[in-house]
Amino acid sequence: MNYNKITIPLISLLIFCLFWEWIVWFNGWPNYKMASPSDLWPAFWKFRWLFLSYGWDTLWRTVVGLSLSILVGLGFGVIMGFSKTMRIALYPLLVGFNAIPKATVVPVIALMFVGFHDMNTILIVILISFFPIAVSISIGLSTLEPEYKDILLSLGATKFEIFYKIALPKTLPEFFGALKVAATLAFIGTNLMEIIEPHGKGLGHLFDSGKISADYPLMFAVLIALALLGIFLYYIVVMFESIFAGWAERN
Amino acid sequence: MHIELRNVSHEFTLEAGSLPVLKDLSFSVPKGRFTAIVGPSGCGKSTITRLVSGLLKSKKGEVLISKEVVKSPRSTVGMAFQNPVLLEWRNILDNVILPLEIVSKNISRETKIKRARELLKLVGLAEFEKSKPSELSGGMRQRASLCRSLVHKPEVLILDEPFGALDAFTREDLWQTMLTLKKQESFTCILITHDLREAIFLADEVLVLSGRPASLQFQLDVKLGDDRKLDDLYTNETTKSLAILRKQIEIAQKSMI
Ligand SMILES: Nc1ncnc2c1ncn2[C@@H]1O[C@H](COP(=O)(O)OP(=O)(O)OP(=O)(O)O)[C@@H](O)[C@H]1O
Ligand SMILES: [Mg+2]
Repeated sequence: MNYNKITIPLISLLIFCLFWEWIVWFNGWPNYKMASPSDLWPAFWKFRWLFLSYGWDTLWRTVVGLSLSILVGLGFGVIMGFSKTMRIALYPLLVGFNAIPKATVVPVIALMFVGFHDMNTILIVILISFFPIAVSISIGLSTLEPEYKDILLSLGATKFEIFYKIALPKTLPEFFGALKVAATLAFIGTNLMEIIEPHGKGLGHLFDSGKISADYPLMFAVLIALALLGIFLYYIVVMFESIFAGWAERN
Repeated sequence: MHIELRNVSHEFTLEAGSLPVLKDLSFSVPKGRFTAIVGPSGCGKSTITRLVSGLLKSKKGEVLISKEVVKSPRSTVGMAFQNPVLLEWRNILDNVILPLEIVSKNISRETKIKRARELLKLVGLAEFEKSKPSELSGGMRQRASLCRSLVHKPEVLILDEPFGALDAFTREDLWQTMLTLKKQESFTCILITHDLREAIFLADEVLVLSGRPASLQFQLDVKLGDDRKLDDLYTNETTKSLAILRKQIEIAQKSMI
C-alpha cells in the first residue's frame, strides 16, 4: 500500500520524462523552443548553489505567506460563517477583489512599500491565497446542521466551546481541500512578485536572469524546480490533512 | 424533575408575517414520568422541545422545571433527535463523553469513561466503543446518541422522534432498549413521536396536540405496567387505545387545514 504510493508516482514521473525527451528528440526541437530533461541536468548542476539559495528564498516566503493567509482566511471565514449579515456584506467585496488579476496588483504593492521585498512578496501571497480558505471556512460553518449546535447549546455550552468542539473540526476537511488550492496559488504569488518586480532573490529572479542571458535550459530548470517545490508543499499539506482530518477519508 | 407548561403561546416571525405555532398550551409531566406527545406534522412539537430545553424563549406563558422558570439552557437536560448527529472524528466512546466535557469539566477522564461505558453496556454497544460512527448501523448510532443524551445524568430527557428514521424491527429493538434505560436511569421524559404504538409502548401518558397553532387536545393514560412486552401491543385494550388516538389525530389534522 505505502510502497505503491511511492513507486507508482515515481514510475509515472519516469515515463513522463522519457516521453518528454523522446518528443523533443523526435521533433528535433532546439532547446530555446523546448529543452529536454537531459538539457536540464547541466543547468541544475551549473547553478546548484543559486538554486539552493533562491529556492529557499521562494520557499520560505511562500510558506510564511501561506501561513498568514490561513489566519486571514480563517478570520474572514469565521466572521462570514457565523454572521449572515457579514456574509452578505463581505461576499461581493471578496469576490470582486479575488477577480482582480494579481499581476496588476504587484506593481501597486511594490510602489506602496518600496524596498520591503520580503514583505511585498508575502503580502501578494496572502492576497492571492486567502480567498479559497475564507470561502471554505465560511461555507463549512454556515452549513453546520442546527442539531449539532443544539446538543451542546442545550447543555449551556459557550459559543467558543461549540466552535472548537464541533464547528471547527467539522469544517477541517473542507479547509484542507481549500488549503491545497491555496498552497499552489501561493507559489504563483511569490513568483509574480519575483518576476514582475525582480529584486535579486528567489527562483523568479533566476528565471528572469535565464531570460536575459537567453539560457533556455535554465528557464526550464527553474520551472521544474518550482514544480518540485509545489509538490513538496502540497504533500506537506496532505500530511497535515491526514493527521487532523484523516477521519473524513472514505475507504 | 417536574416539567410544567403554563399557557404557553409562541409564534415565529417570518418575512411574510407571524406564524403562530403554540396557543395557550398547558400540560405537566410529573417527576419520573414518561410522556409522549403526538400531533400533526408541523404543528409545533419540536418547538415544545426547544422551549423546555431553554433553547428558545416563549412569547407568552412560562415553562417551569421543578417550579423554576426556564430562561436559558441548563445542564440537567439531555436531548436526542431523529438525526443522531454523532461527531465523525470521535469514536463512539468519545462521542458519548461529549456532554461531560461541557457540564462536568472537573471530573477525571477515567470517571467519564466509566460512566460512558456503563451506558454503552446497557444499550449493547460495549464492543463498539472504539468504532467510528460511520462504521455503525443506523440503529446502533441512535443507541449511541441515547447514551450521549443520558451520560450526564440529566433530570429531564427530551427525545424528538429519535426512532423516526429506523426500520420497523430496529425500532422495536430500540423501544426495548429505551425501557431498559428507563428502568436503570432516573429521568423525566418527553418523547415526540409520529408512531402511536411507540407512544403507547413507552409512555405513561400520551398527549395529542391540535393542529397549528397547537394546544392540548387530548390526553390518554397508558395502563401498561412497568414490565412491558411487545405482546402488550396486541391486546384488546391497547388496540382500543390506539383506535382512540388515531381518531384524535384525525381530528387534529382536520383542525390544521
Ligand atoms: N426557527 C423558525 N423560524 C420560523 N419558523 C419556524 C422555525 N422553527 C419552526 N418553524 C415553523 O413552525 C412550525 C412548527 O415547527 P416544529 O418544528 O415545531 O413542528 P413539528 O411539529 O416538530 O413538525 P414535524 O412533525 O415535521 O417534526 C412549522 O410550520 C415550522 O415551519
Ligand atoms: Mg419536529
